[in-house]
Amino acid sequence: MIRIVATLYALRTVWALFLAFGLGALLIAVSGGNPLSAYSALIEGAFLDYWGISGTLVKMSPILLAGLAVILSLRGGLLNLGVEGQIYMGGLFSSSVALYVTGLPTLLHLVLAILAGALAGGVWGMIAGLLKAKRGINEVIVTLLLNFVAINLVSYFAGGPMMQEGAPYPYSEEIPEGLFLPIILPMTDAHLGVVLGVVLAVVLWVLLRSSTLGFGLDLVGRNPQAAHYAGVNVGHTVIMTMFLSGTLGGLAGSFEVLGLKHRLYHLFSAGFGFDGIVVAFMAQLNPLMSVVTAFFLSGLKSGALMMQRAIGLESTVVDAVIGIVIICVAASQAFVFKADQWRAWFSRRQRLDAALAAQPQETR
Amino acid sequence: MDLAFLTDFLASSLRLSIPLVFAAIGVVWAERSGVFNIAIEGCILGGAFGAAIGTWWFGDPLGGLLMALVVAGLLGLLLGGLAVGLGIHQLVAGIAINLLVSGMTAYLARQILGASATAPLPGFGVWPIPLLSALPFVGPILFIQGPLAYLAYLAVPLAWWLLYRTPWGLLLRAAGDQPMAVDTAGVDVQRLRYVSVIGSSMLGGLGGAYIVLSQVHVFTENMSAGKGFIALGAVILGRWNPLGAAIACLAFGMADATQLRLQFGSPDIPYQLFSTLPFIAALVALVLMSGKVHAPAAVGKKFERSGK
Repeated sequence: MIRIVATLYALRTVWALFLAFGLGALLIAVSGGNPLSAYSALIEGAFLDYWGISGTLVKMSPILLAGLAVILSLRGGLLNLGVEGQIYMGGLFSSSVALYVTGLPTLLHLVLAILAGALAGGVWGMIAGLLKAKRGINEVIVTLLLNFVAINLVSYFAGGPMMQEGAPYPYSEEIPEGLFLPIILPMTDAHLGVVLGVVLAVVLWVLLRSSTLGFGLDLVGRNPQAAHYAGVNVGHTVIMTMFLSGTLGGLAGSFEVLGLKHRLYHLFSAGFGFDGIVVAFMAQLNPLMSVVTAFFLSGLKSGALMMQRAIGLESTVVDAVIGIVIICVAASQAFVFKADQWRAWFSRRQRLDAALAAQPQETR
Repeated sequence: MDLAFLTDFLASSLRLSIPLVFAAIGVVWAERSGVFNIAIEGCILGGAFGAAIGTWWFGDPLGGLLMALVVAGLLGLLLGGLAVGLGIHQLVAGIAINLLVSGMTAYLARQILGASATAPLPGFGVWPIPLLSALPFVGPILFIQGPLAYLAYLAVPLAWWLLYRTPWGLLLRAAGDQPMAVDTAGVDVQRLRYVSVIGSSMLGGLGGAYIVLSQVHVFTENMSAGKGFIALGAVILGRWNPLGAAIACLAFGMADATQLRLQFGSPDIPYQLFSTLPFIAALVALVLMSGKVHAPAAVGKKFERSGK
């Protein structure tokens, strides 16, 4: 019996999702739509045909990587809210290397472009780690402020030095075709980025589970003082965590440019860094689980446009529903299974039953 | 640099800092009681949204102001429920609310305002203060402003007085440093924090209302544009003191006014380069002023009574 209760608690994210979609249905109904047809159009548009799936996978590449970035930081006890900025820096450096470094063999050039993006994101994240470790400045505020710097920097480069001549709005030249990430579903935009994201999710899971680095990171996240006494260099781990987390964000931006956009556009990331936060919490900070939650969230986002086309409901309703989802999922974190309490409750009941059974017949 | 230019520059710096001042006082209030309020960004946006639909609905900026306070107050209640009531990670609760507001306002603005979204809304005009506005130099800077700006002038010293000169302020500060002591004194910490978070959010809403009703007169998606985060920086720079935070907000307002002038002055350089200036200013200030910072000791920590 207690195991059933524990399972119910473990599924709290699922209950939160049900609640959120219920509230979302209410919102749709109030604004004059039919929730059932909206949700079915959404699901159909996202998951039920070849084109829908490919659209979902396109969005999943940055969203999954952003989710992994947030998970990594939170496991280390930090909150990286700067993934959006790291995505932009990754995109900026990957596209710069792709456009301006010449004379390299294609494969080497591609690897270099990806590494440049990862490194740029990593350094951008590490700024917050350094300031946290050395000067004690709250990493949350630093990463949030750095987002705006990065977004505006990319807009500057895409609309200034890197802008293609005669372009109607800020974007750069197209990168050489050899550097496009391979397409994984023929005839669609779904590119290798999502596969690499899944691979990295597994790598991160293994790393956090069974490596010294992962153990130190987890320890710092759970109890920095204990980590210090156990001989972990806490400051170093904080810097490393933010660097690695930023790297994942940088990769998200890099893959977005090399796999999908093929140019540096201004405002090229539609808040993927913040979707990563939603993914991380739905997955309860488990990298493997985040593959599932990222797929789900990406589906909602890519199905939104199909839904708008099918039934004419504003696609922004999905952003509103996702907002409700994150609140419900966040609230569900508070409901932690406490075995002692439940065990006490069950034993009290058993005692009551026993007492009833032991009573003489006439009272029945 | 001539006097007219300087007057103009300082007046616009002040105008740009008003939303930051409201938000920063709000953040001071919440964090002094022991709760992080990074949802302040969402409260500004929610306030702006409320101001726009309220004004559109009632045809009067006062209606807008009321709706701004209602929307932001509800957001505060939500943050209180999540962060104080349920005790989940306060920063996570805050960012969750920011995401909710961003999605909700974008959708609801399209649903409610629809085609009239771009039409300028009536707002509060400028209310010059008799006599004072005639003063040379300071008159045009300080005393030819909208009513909400005057409210901000009053809010800063009022917040300082409440926080440092009243028994209630002492309790509030204690709730952020030593909640156990407040509890021992027989005061309900949770309720104190609820009230603070709701009030804090309503101040953020006032900041958003100022942007819509006194500055731009329309609602656009995500128009808070990081102002809440800059206010959070200002609070750290001001050492969680309303006066210090307001001074930091003025400095950031100046940075913003500077970048706007640079934008107009050099149209051939993409303006985004200058848009980074307020954010870089905030970051640099945080780095330069770091080291001696002491946040309220219990901020971010869930309060649980012992011995239950």
